[in-house]
Amino acid sequence: MLLEMILNGKSVSVEIEPGDLLVQVLRERLGLIGTKIACGEGECGACTVLVDGVAVTSCIYPAMKAHGRRVETIEGVAQDHELHTIQQAFVDHAASQCGYCTPGFIMSAKALLDVNPQPTRDEIVAGISGNLCRCTGYYQIVDAIEDAARRMGEGR
Amino acid sequence: MWQNYLFPATVQEALEMLAAHGGQARIIAGGTDLVLQSQRGQCAATVMVDITRIPGLDAIEERDGYITIGCQVTHARIAASPLIRQKAEVLALACGSVGGPQTRNVGTLVGNVVNALPAADGAVALFALEAEVEVADADGRRWLPIAEMYAGVGECTIDPCVQMVAAVRFRPLSDGWASAYQRLANRKALALPILNTAVVVGLEEGVCSEVRIAVGPVAPTPFRAREAEAALAGQPPTPEAVVRAARLAAEAANPRDSVLRGSRDYRKAMVEVLVRRALTEAVTKAMP
Repeated sequence: MLLEMILNGKSVSVEIEPGDLLVQVLRERLGLIGTKIACGEGECGACTVLVDGVAVTSCIYPAMKAHGRRVETIEGVAQDHELHTIQQAFVDHAASQCGYCTPGFIMSAKALLDVNPQPTRDEIVAGISGNLCRCTGYYQIVDAIEDAARRMGEGR
Repeated sequence: MWQNYLFPATVQEALEMLAAHGGQARIIAGGTDLVLQSQRGQCAATVMVDITRIPGLDAIEERDGYITIGCQVTHARIAASPLIRQKAEVLALACGSVGGPQTRNVGTLVGNVVNALPAADGAVALFALEAEVEVADADGRRWLPIAEMYAGVGECTIDPCVQMVAAVRFRPLSDGWASAYQRLANRKALALPILNTAVVVGLEEGVCSEVRIAVGPVAPTPFRAREAEAALAGQPPTPEAVVRAARLAAEAANPRDSVLRGSRDYRKAMVEVLVRRALTEAVTKAMP
């Protein structure tokens, strides 16, 4: 089947199998391996991407559901070789250790800040509650997102 | 995994696609459960009929004395809906506790019902709301009480290879009524409920005019604690009366020993705690 979508701002057409999941199309057919597979059952958030601005777990998301939609992955977050404010804040706060969960956290954080640019700490915690991290203990991640929101607010 | 993936434009076309494939095709909405069932060999269908792009099935609306929720409506939308939060709060709370944000963004309330699991948060709330489900098939469309959707654990009386559910509906809570949702789980997110309970309480002149208590998973389907409801109905909602009702709910509950969810004895004891908390909360909210 032909899947057509706007991927990180560019039109993409790709031939897929009807049963392909979005993460398989991204990683195996399009070579975008920034989106990670960990649990493979929608329980950990490592595979989080945005479809029409909404966070979804791409490991349980039939790829055809993205047909005609706008898809954003971690590869589309940085612009012109410059880290996005959220990414820079993750670096500055050591919000990443092994790093495997980080793309998913960045995408969940972006989904949150895109609709709620000044979240409370509780709203940040709720926004990333679908993402698991086994290294950091989450505090640095919440700090990073809080700081990113502040920096993005100053930039406006 | 699948041979084809189809997007019908109408309910009629969806039903025709199912019929054309003679049991090999089935309805898919969000797919958050179905994808895993397919991967695990628990779903024989190889043609997916995706109903999420059919116009007119995505509304949350109040009309003719009912709140109606279309089959495309996700848990996230229900949790955030001002109408549901105001007039059926228990459902907003239940849908807001499903999985994590990503699951709630994709998974639908109707899918939660069709999967027919006794712990399904949204379905447990719908039992307390005495919801009805609109079934569409070759015979047309009709509304059935939600309890009739359940044949057993994970077994829906709806055959998704032949039929689909177009919507659910229920009466909004009246003035002087309130609801509450309590959930026991290992974590606050991404955790299956060890137990959950949804209650609706109506107060009139200081006594309970309406009491509904739904509990999961303590039976093959979401469970209404009728003895407990009857014991509190017509009574002033004193702490003693609430405790008595909660005890009756725990006595009637029949949970299994579960590696995932804990022992039968523990969970029976916790039914009393959760029902007491939920009733107390609903009664407090219903007080003028």
